[in-house]
Amino acid sequence: MTVNEFKTTAGLSALCLPEPDREIRGGYVGDLLSWVMGRAKADDAWITIMSNQNILAVASLADVACIILAEGVKLEEDLLATARDKGINVLCGEGDAFSIAAALARELL
Amino acid sequence: MENNLNFHFAVDGNDFTSAGLASVQLKKALRQLGLDPETIRRASIAMYEGEINMVIHAGGGEADVEVSEDCIKITLADHGPGIKDIAQAMQEGFSTATDHVRSLGFGAGMGLPNMKNYSDKMEIESTPGEGTTITLYINI
Ligand SMILES: Nc1ncnc2c1ncn2[C@@H]1O[C@H](COP(=O)(O)OP(=O)(O)O)[C@@H](O)[C@H]1O
Ligand SMILES: [Mg+2]
Repeated sequence: MTVNEFKTTAGLSALCLPEPDREIRGGYVGDLLSWVMGRAKADDAWITIMSNQNILAVASLADVACIILAEGVKLEEDLLATARDKGINVLCGEGDAFSIAAALARELL
Repeated sequence: MENNLNFHFAVDGNDFTSAGLASVQLKKALRQLGLDPETIRRASIAMYEGEINMVIHAGGGEADVEVSEDCIKITLADHGPGIKDIAQAMQEGFSTATDHVRSLGFGAGMGLPNMKNYSDKMEIESTPGEGTTITLYINI
């Protein structure tokens, strides 16, 4: 399922969607960046509540399909500009990480 | 040998937010070479962990990358405090990071283990009071 399709299915909003048709193949939930880099796989949807600049580097290096910010967390405008520039998809939702992960599991598992 | 590609990056120890620039640049360069995505991913994550360590533990340093036909060699050198007990530092979860660093999502004590897992060979030389040099080899 693509990032754009999941956005619609799960009732999420797009903060930045430069690559809407990128395929999501799995998921990872976590806020500790080294865990994400060590355990997330390429093309995962990464669900987190972290919103600092470093998540963009991590998403880009780990090659995840998108970042999904849970709990209504948003990104600053200058970070969104960087995300757009680097082709990183950023979605957000009001739900907690569990409910977003559950929605993803319903689609993928 | 003449075909080897070399990159040099100065890693600024004061600038936490721009940490990762060198790794992102490396990733781009490796992509242009047309290397396999998983190899690129391993090399750039391993380098990022090393870069971050130089920023948070050593006040900055230098990163050198040499890409040859069959290997990516990454050398991370700093003149920070050094690592007293390397075996302990290599353990998953061991960290001396400050609360501030942890609040940014770092300091999980998984950086060195990730560098080891994502490289084919890793060498650490460290002298307390003088600095640390880590060399990573990723086979292509
Ligand atoms: N370049 C370095 N200079 C000095 N100490 C280091 C360096 N890299 C790592 N260390 C030490 O090794 C520990 C473990 O490193 P790492 O696994 O990357 O975890 P973290 O960076 O999350 O603390 C660090 O907390 C620090 O004490
Ligand atoms: Mg580290």
